[in-house]
Amino acid sequence: MTESAPPADLIKNAKALPADTTTVDVDALSELSRKLRIDILDMIFTAQSGHPGTSLSCIDLLVCLFGELMQHDAKRPDWADRDRFVLSKGHGAPALYAILMHHGYIGWEEKPTLRQVNSNLQGHPASKYVDGVDISTGSLGQGLSAAVGMALGLRLNNSPAHVYCLIGDGESQEGQIWEAALSAPAHKLTNLTALCDRNSLQIDGNTEAIKPLGDIGAKFEAFGWNVLRIDGHDFRQIIAAGHRAKAWSQETDKPTMIVCQCTKGKGVSFMENEAGWHGKAPNAEQYEAALADLQPDVYYQRLKEAN
Amino acid sequence: MGLLSPAIDLEAPKKEALRNRFGDTLAELGATETDLVVLDADLACSTQTKRFADKFPDRFFNQGISEADMMCTAAGLAAVGKKPYVSTFALFAAGRAWDQVRNTICYSNLNVKIVPTHSGISLGEDGASHQSIEDLALMRTIPNMTVIVPADAVETDRIIRWSLQVPGPMYIRLVRTNHAVIHPDDFELEPYKNQVLRQGSDLTICATGEMTYHALLAAKHLSERDGIEAEVINCTFIKPFDTDTLIKSAQKTGRVLTVESHQFIGGLGGAVCEELCAHHPVPVKRLGTQDRFGQSGKPDDLFKEYGLDPDSIYAEAKAFVASGR
Repeated sequence: MTESAPPADLIKNAKALPADTTTVDVDALSELSRKLRIDILDMIFTAQSGHPGTSLSCIDLLVCLFGELMQHDAKRPDWADRDRFVLSKGHGAPALYAILMHHGYIGWEEKPTLRQVNSNLQGHPASKYVDGVDISTGSLGQGLSAAVGMALGLRLNNSPAHVYCLIGDGESQEGQIWEAALSAPAHKLTNLTALCDRNSLQIDGNTEAIKPLGDIGAKFEAFGWNVLRIDGHDFRQIIAAGHRAKAWSQETDKPTMIVCQCTKGKGVSFMENEAGWHGKAPNAEQYEAALADLQPDVYYQRLKEAN
Repeated sequence: MGLLSPAIDLEAPKKEALRNRFGDTLAELGATETDLVVLDADLACSTQTKRFADKFPDRFFNQGISEADMMCTAAGLAAVGKKPYVSTFALFAAGRAWDQVRNTICYSNLNVKIVPTHSGISLGEDGASHQSIEDLALMRTIPNMTVIVPADAVETDRIIRWSLQVPGPMYIRLVRTNHAVIHPDDFELEPYKNQVLRQGSDLTICATGEMTYHALLAAKHLSERDGIEAEVINCTFIKPFDTDTLIKSAQKTGRVLTVESHQFIGGLGGAVCEELCAHHPVPVKRLGTQDRFGQSGKPDDLFKEYGLDPDSIYAEAKAFVASGR
């Protein structure tokens, strides 16, 4: 079974989602996402290197996490009780850098330095260089275990902090994801929420053609997690699921996984659902075409049509 | 610190398992160091982390048979201020989980202490599949990593106490066996210093871990039987390597024999050759598993088979000196 069902069907646990997200300013979040998509493309175009597909796929999730769900403060990056975020799919670094710039962890002047010698903006996130990156990632499959360790440590510290970890669907072909998937429920972690960017593409093609992942949510359920399924580009659903995940974990003594149906390359017409844009920088012509897609009128019209 | 205590009887030494002392020391430190946490991968009864687990069950995490997951979990614990000690067999710590140690622990320079208890061929009967003979080489090449090999239970205790105060990743290699104690009870560790335990002028023997005792016994016999005086350096610090002590000794003796329960490539022998080549080239002979896998057997029988028992070291050293090189 693939997870290409329509969004309404995806919210299998719809009853678990609180209806009230009326206070969320969806337009503002959407506009921020649009702008950060441009920043992502600027960085990758300037570097002529990087991963646009995965970054555009997950940026809406990061906007909601850092803007609405997480307790954090760029002025106090060492605040012991800040919520933690682990980008296990580390190749989404441009998206992470974009949101960290927006929140003031990274200066905008660093934007053109992605992937350049002596830059803080390494190809994959490195804790040594960037406040807001608590652990280095990039070698796939390792971040969820690290997030489990953070959650264990924060619980020992009696900290109210919550740990969020974003994994990729392709990344879930790594065995260690499933070691961690066993580990988190074994430790009855209630301060851990994982999100899976389910865009169904990996470098060489469709995940279901290469090593089928099938119903990832069902797999996590079988491993002892609560599972929510959402449209990973619907801000209300993302935020509602984030809040619900925390509460649900408390009620059940289980960690919660949010499977987020995403579109690789989301927002740039010719990058959407194209595996070829996993790790390729646009040339000048493609960059201009991408920017045109991200102008407000085109961008919002396309979003409207998609819905 | 230096020179072997006269109270140590090399022919009939007291014996103690390094891993027992490791477990006891952790359990003692746990009482005052509340950030100390311990992780194991279903080997707590073998590694003796059980001694900590019994006293501090809330701070002990049995990660099951998932070494890769365990290393990254330890990294996460360190990232929020805990002081994790991680144990399993050396092969699984350094081999199976190498990428995790490199990318998640060392690249982030996290305060994780990896203390495998079953390294080298003295793991014994389980055979080559479980005998780690490449771990020093694997760990030594990772930036930010410190690599340490205590020679006995007393030194193990001092290293563990010291390591708790020093941030950053460390690989502290222990062995399974009930092993000769060569340090007195009042031994004081001098960090980053490899001790000269016996002075001599005919050759330098650099030994590490359980091989240090074998080297001391060989040196005693060389002196008693042949009048050959070997200087023995206990190479506790493999990385950063104590170059000064090595060079001073090599300047005096003019030849260096290395002994390790490890491949003769990339471990102690490799480190010694790198330093000597750069600073004071002299002839070197390296003893270790000579590009062979280990095999099943009793530890003492395996030492004989692989030329790492005191008699074999004695014979190699004698031939080396006689060769005139």
